[in-house]
Amino acid sequence: MKLNELSALELLKLLKEGEVSSYEITDAVFKRIEERGFINAYINIFRGEALRNASKIDELYLNKKINDSQIIAGIPIAVKDNICYKGYPTTCGSRILSNFISPYDATVVKKIEDGGGIIIGKTNMDEFAMGSSNETSFFGPVLNPHHTEYVPGGSSGGSAAAVADFQAIFAIGSDTGGSIRQPASFCGIVGLKPTYGLVSRYGLVAFASSLDQIGPMARTVKDCALLLNVITGYDPKDSTSVNISKIDYLSEIENFEPKNFKIGLPKEYFIEGIDPEVKKAIDKVIKELEKEKFIIEETSLPHTEYAVADYYIIAPAEASSNLARYDGIKYGFRIEKEYISNLISLYFETRSKGFGDEVKRRILIGTYSLSSGYYDAYYLKALKVRRLIKEDFDKAFEKYDFLITPTSPTTAFKIGEKVDDPLKMYLSDIFTISANLAGLPAISVPIAKSKENLPIGLQILAPHFQEKKLLQISYFIENIVKEKEFLKNGI
Amino acid sequence: MEFEPVIGLEVHIQLNTSSKIFCNCSTKFGERPNSNVCPVCLGLPGVLPVLNKEVLRKAILASLALNCSISNFSKFDRKHYFYPDLPKNYQISQYDLPLAKNGYIIVNNKKIRIKRVHMEEDAGKLIHSEDSPYSYVDFNRTGVPLIEIVTEPDINSPSEAYMFLNILKNRMKYIEVSDCNMEEGSLRCDANISVRVNGSDKLGVKTEIKNMNSFRAVEKALEYEFKRQVELIKSNQKIEQETRLWDSINEITISMRSKEEAHDYRYFPEPDLPPIIVEKDFIEKLKETLPEMPDEKFKRYVEDLNIPPANAEILITDKIMASFFENCCAIYNNYKSISNWIISEIIQYLNKNKIEFIELKNLKPENFVELVKLVDEGRITSRVAKDISVKVIEEGISPLKLVSEKELTQLSDAKEIEKLVDEVINTELDAVKKYKEGKKNILSYLVGQVMKKSQGRANPKLVAELFEKKL
Repeated sequence: MKLNELSALELLKLLKEGEVSSYEITDAVFKRIEERGFINAYINIFRGEALRNASKIDELYLNKKINDSQIIAGIPIAVKDNICYKGYPTTCGSRILSNFISPYDATVVKKIEDGGGIIIGKTNMDEFAMGSSNETSFFGPVLNPHHTEYVPGGSSGGSAAAVADFQAIFAIGSDTGGSIRQPASFCGIVGLKPTYGLVSRYGLVAFASSLDQIGPMARTVKDCALLLNVITGYDPKDSTSVNISKIDYLSEIENFEPKNFKIGLPKEYFIEGIDPEVKKAIDKVIKELEKEKFIIEETSLPHTEYAVADYYIIAPAEASSNLARYDGIKYGFRIEKEYISNLISLYFETRSKGFGDEVKRRILIGTYSLSSGYYDAYYLKALKVRRLIKEDFDKAFEKYDFLITPTSPTTAFKIGEKVDDPLKMYLSDIFTISANLAGLPAISVPIAKSKENLPIGLQILAPHFQEKKLLQISYFIENIVKEKEFLKNGI
Repeated sequence: MEFEPVIGLEVHIQLNTSSKIFCNCSTKFGERPNSNVCPVCLGLPGVLPVLNKEVLRKAILASLALNCSISNFSKFDRKHYFYPDLPKNYQISQYDLPLAKNGYIIVNNKKIRIKRVHMEEDAGKLIHSEDSPYSYVDFNRTGVPLIEIVTEPDINSPSEAYMFLNILKNRMKYIEVSDCNMEEGSLRCDANISVRVNGSDKLGVKTEIKNMNSFRAVEKALEYEFKRQVELIKSNQKIEQETRLWDSINEITISMRSKEEAHDYRYFPEPDLPPIIVEKDFIEKLKETLPEMPDEKFKRYVEDLNIPPANAEILITDKIMASFFENCCAIYNNYKSISNWIISEIIQYLNKNKIEFIELKNLKPENFVELVKLVDEGRITSRVAKDISVKVIEEGISPLKLVSEKELTQLSDAKEIEKLVDEVINTELDAVKKYKEGKKNILSYLVGQVMKKSQGRANPKLVAELFEKKL
């Protein structure tokens, strides 16, 4: 097996034993990125800087100077391009930030550096994380490594494709309505959206502030837990970050006793319209879980049907506000002089040309719903619905430890298939949105592949701050899938 | 038909915290453009605001000084408008749940109600240069903490607005939350004004006036605007609801924008900041630290201590001076005399040396009172008191000691004075002649000569009497 195809934990073992160097691993990853450039997973790569950092780590290994906090020392990692990395571009997949160089590090980036991780590049994404297919990126679509005519999902499509295609060992994504989980599902990797407030948002370019959360994406559940260990922790720079004591998500990941746990299957997530292959794959896993003595029952989250509509009021409203600062005055793209006749035209032309269609669509929706006279009917009502959705979960979690659903109603769709039909595209997030509205942790674990060789993901939700248990059951399921060879045999 | 104006004020006050409201940048005024900035106040992609606790404390203190009730739950909101001095193109402010509500201050025995007080961030400054095709932005002021104070339309004359602002300013200075300097922009005031028939409760169409740079300008702008509106009504013309700018050179208001052009600010709750929860204990503790307010002091000085209002007005401008005055009053009960001597000696000394009262480290109430007492009891003359006051102020030396060392106590011994009077009569023949011819006011000159000879120690009253008797 090639170095870039090993897991972070396997590589760390080899690094500690002195069997390989971080330089070799990082170099292997860059070779893969070069070979497979057509996947378009990255917007920028930092070969020189990354290899230099890898050599520094190698020296530490050599001198036995790796400290306890450097828990991913020497492991190449990809970062979504909406997270600020000092001295390098942060484009958000948008023309309007195509020339923006961040003068500061996101808290998550600092934590990765403190953990000894090697940042190899910034991954492609839907423009400002608005999209479910990676087709809205100013830097072109990302291809699904399993089948290049298909989308990798979005908005963290670049991160998902990079990890699935061995162009990174693991990656950082962000999830506002499913942007980690849906591409993880489409690309056959593990993707976790943590509880709102568990990971600092400082340095994450805001899309919808009350929904955004940074999370890990990896090929194995254990790597996902390891990366979560790196990025969590209270941050005084983020007032929405929660001050709880740090948890080790990796220790005891194997200590899990199924019979103590109750799983709910919300019936609203097993509706008609789901791809039969997806349904079948989930059923197979559930059958195995029943055999393992989990208590599994059907349950209900009655306000689920309002989630998509609710999300598409709240997220665009916040986005219209968050994206107001991109105006061509201070940084980023500015329209050429000949188009500017006054201040308004500078704003108008810059924003018209700087943003893509999907972003403009959402700015318009958000601006409209916050306008005086419409606020109560849209935004305020959406906040009330959000509360009801959250209460559905609170009630369900009084009874169940976990909820299991499909991550997405379908497998990856073809590039171009939904790009002109926003409503169809929005429905791709139908099962992932509620976790963001309720602030809950949720994970997508690969459980099968379709006839067309496209991965299928299963979503597990847990109560707030129950990531530890969530990762334990995910690891348990990952092992069943491996044991039963679900990924090899087809459905 | 008589008309009266109905006025409400919106006052923005910069709080004097050392760092900005949502980041650690300095708030220092007058620095090189864009030197007090960071990713947070520049609103760069990805940054988040964190509330400066000191801003909250000072905003609560200010609200308490305006007799407001503090909301134990309030929140921040985003107020959107596009302008180059506003880096995020929204301002973090407070909309429907302000920090404090329902306050008042008394102006001339009349209650002016305060509708609300809220916190917000200041914007930057545009710099337009004649010789450049570009305009420049200075973001040093961006994120400087402000409170906005909104009154009810309880003010009924431009001079009342002026007095309100003065009292407000003095209160803010007393609690040390702002220096309220309108010229430097640490206090800004917009005014809403409409007119109505005297005594009627029907409000007219209001206009908002902006761009006044002093309290006097506020008064003048309101006077102008009142006249303008009354004239429009009298000539059967419509008053437009609009925003008008005060033109301080021509002393007129000019239309800036109509109601139709008003912004839709699209307020919504700031998702990056949790609600502001203020514990009752915290409010109570701050309440206990509140000093007596300057206007209340003024009232007490005038009504209870019988201090001339002009003196009281001056005494209250400086909290430390007022407390010095009160300390003096605690040991000696000729309050009026103390107030006179503070104003004639101490204030003059401060002005002459361009220093603040707080810098008078050696001045002690007991010494100052001694000085006043010596004069009041006729033991030294005012002139002697004036001569030695500097030593009392600067060095804190006991005036009694000074006086006895230099034998400066007043000469009241008639014989000794008579000797001096005679000397003067014998030498100042011209003046004596003029006096005898009826030029009675030359007497003060003659008295002055005796005072000179006695080095100021002679009792001038006695001297004058002697002259009158002898001539």
